Amino acid sequence: MSKIKKAIDDTFRSITLPFLAFFLAILSGGLLIAFSDPEIYKLWRSPLEFLGTGFTSAGQAYLALIQGSIFDVNLTSKNFLLGFYPLSETFVVAAPLILTGLSVTLAFRAGLFNIGAQGQFIFGAIGASYVGFHFILPPVIHAVAAILGAMLCAGLWGGLVGFLKARTGAHEVIVTIMLNYISVYFLLWLLSTQTFLRKGRQDPIAPPVNENAQLPKLFGMDYRINLGIFVALGVAYLIHILLLRTTWGFQFRAVGANTLAAKTAGMSVPFVLTSVMVISGALAGLGGAVQVLGSEYALTAGVAGSFGFDAITVALLGRAKPLGTVLAALLFGALRAGGLTMQANTTTPIDIVLVIQALVVLFIAAPAVVRAIFRLKNVKSGTDMAAKGWNG
Amino acid sequence: MQKKSAPVTYKFVLEKEWIAINEWTLDSRTGSYGFSIAALLFSIWAIMQFRRNKKIQLQSALGGSAILMAFLCWAASGKMIPFTGLLQGALLLSVPLIFGAMAGVLCERSGVINIAIEGQLLAGAFAAGVVASLTQNTTYGLLVAPLAGALISLILAVFAIKFSIDQVILGFVINVLVIGMTNFLYKKLLIPYQNTWNSGPILSPIEIPILSKIPLLGPIFFNQTIIVYLMYLIVAVIHFSLFKTRWGLRTRAIGEHPTAADSVGIKVNKLRFRNVIFAGLVAGLGGAYFTVGAVGAFGKEMTAGKGFIALAALIFGRWSPVGAVMAALLFGFADNLQGILSITGTPIPSEFMLMAPYIATIIAVTGFVGRVRAPAADGIPYNRGGSH
Repeated sequence: MSKIKKAIDDTFRSITLPFLAFFLAILSGGLLIAFSDPEIYKLWRSPLEFLGTGFTSAGQAYLALIQGSIFDVNLTSKNFLLGFYPLSETFVVAAPLILTGLSVTLAFRAGLFNIGAQGQFIFGAIGASYVGFHFILPPVIHAVAAILGAMLCAGLWGGLVGFLKARTGAHEVIVTIMLNYISVYFLLWLLSTQTFLRKGRQDPIAPPVNENAQLPKLFGMDYRINLGIFVALGVAYLIHILLLRTTWGFQFRAVGANTLAAKTAGMSVPFVLTSVMVISGALAGLGGAVQVLGSEYALTAGVAGSFGFDAITVALLGRAKPLGTVLAALLFGALRAGGLTMQANTTTPIDIVLVIQALVVLFIAAPAVVRAIFRLKNVKSGTDMAAKGWNG
Repeated sequence: MQKKSAPVTYKFVLEKEWIAINEWTLDSRTGSYGFSIAALLFSIWAIMQFRRNKKIQLQSALGGSAILMAFLCWAASGKMIPFTGLLQGALLLSVPLIFGAMAGVLCERSGVINIAIEGQLLAGAFAAGVVASLTQNTTYGLLVAPLAGALISLILAVFAIKFSIDQVILGFVINVLVIGMTNFLYKKLLIPYQNTWNSGPILSPIEIPILSKIPLLGPIFFNQTIIVYLMYLIVAVIHFSLFKTRWGLRTRAIGEHPTAADSVGIKVNKLRFRNVIFAGLVAGLGGAYFTVGAVGAFGKEMTAGKGFIALAALIFGRWSPVGAVMAALLFGFADNLQGILSITGTPIPSEFMLMAPYIATIIAVTGFVGRVRAPAADGIPYNRGGSH
């Protein structure tokens, strides 16, 4: 009995902080929306009207955000289920985000900060696209081949980081920042070559992937939601197993917790660093594959959006745990999907989502701030973000 | 190598120098072979000096220049290279990089990693653009920009030093925050109210009387806006202070060994805090270059990753002010060269030339050409009497 109580207590304590951090971030974002419009300052003579107008515009923005991410009554006129179209969009955005988030999470657990998910995503997208449009294969097999191609490209690209770190001690953050830019320019160059140029087009877009390589849609052609979300959830479960139930995963965590101790215990640190980055890269690449094969169907210059960068905030909000990462990715996926509707329906730009994301992570990273605001005592603190130097 | 060799023309002259060097034409193949041989000789010289444990900076610089000239002879066969314009553009492209790298030097030499250079530059650019537009006065823009940078630094300082949060994560998040904020305000204020909020004046160049007449160098270095002159001053001051003053010694001490510094009475965290704020002032001023120093109006994410190239320059320059400036100039040169060659057309895709700074930095940190090392305590919070 006490065990269950303790478990509930623990869960409650570990979700308190993210929840409060999110609440604070939403609140700050709301204030920003409310008081960034110069028009309302004409009303300053009557404070009530001034505040009322401000909060109305914030409220409308957040309402549009929910309409764009969960349920929209306006869409139900023909078919009630169509009202859930926004929710399906949330899952479409969340699928690659879960995978890139897992990529960052896994590296975190081995003590590596993988800023390079963006570049690995790009390489995954390149691999998936190339296999997808260049070969002609039977259904299922083609999709699997394209996914494997993506994971291979991105795995090698990520593995390079781990290899360099293991062999020369080059800090993974510096290397991945640089590789991200290299990936972007490489993609731009690739899209200008004959192989990747779509026939009859001059703009940077690759030929569409064959139908056999596309991930099947789940609920018919009205919704973009596809198998990608289940791939993402399945992989999240596998990573959970890998980390907690296998020797390999134990080695990752051991190296992450204390490299010297792991070395003394006989683990091969270079092997762990390289292999964790190969898997991490492959995960981000899988995200790229899901994006290309599941919803975009073609490689473009902007294919990666900001999936690789959002992944970092996702992993931090998810506190470097697979389940947490999935939940955080769903949340940020909802913000992204809803943000588009918000931008279209109200005067609030989608960029408020970035502000909210950054604030959530800042508040989570500094539990002292949240504790001070809410006068809390026993909230689990973010020890998983303890500092590390360039040479470490 | 091309089958047919054509002449390459270097155009040196801008205007108004005392002695005008006009044009210099040489055959592409002769030029590239000649400079390649020169580069080879310089490398041999460098190796010989290195064997004798002597510094090889001069030799490396000469060798690098020779390789570059050989490359130019090959790449620009049959075309004209506006050499003075090339250098002038390179300097201008380096300005934000140098400011950013100096901000990095101030932070990282005192032991705080600064990934937020991009955010500081962007905040400075935004503040300068908006204030200059509202007041229609560039001076106010220039005064506010450093404050905006310092505000971003304040977040970095408080969270990194007071709360001991991982500074890489922190810097990353701060960048996201600043990008989000400026994008948001850009769309919400600067676009709809463009006439009042985003149509700022531009600084005009100031010609320094005698110096600007020096052949080749004069028009490049001494006919610039006030921001560029401030940059010279800041670089000189930082270099001098870091190596010749008490503040500099203390700063380097807390970056390398804070415990030892503390034991002789240096207030580690206080000095770190101050230096991080200084860094914000410098980077913020650098940000002003994007708006009041160049185009006037603010544009969405207009720093476009320059903060990260500045970080690369800092690392490539081995965390030293002069090294960082040299690296920034080199990166600026590569950027400008890429721009010019992509117009004239070259055998090398411009994307690969744009990659060059990043590849160079990876090579530097992986130690293929002499390992670079960060200050020993860079990124590690200091808590008196306890482990972090």
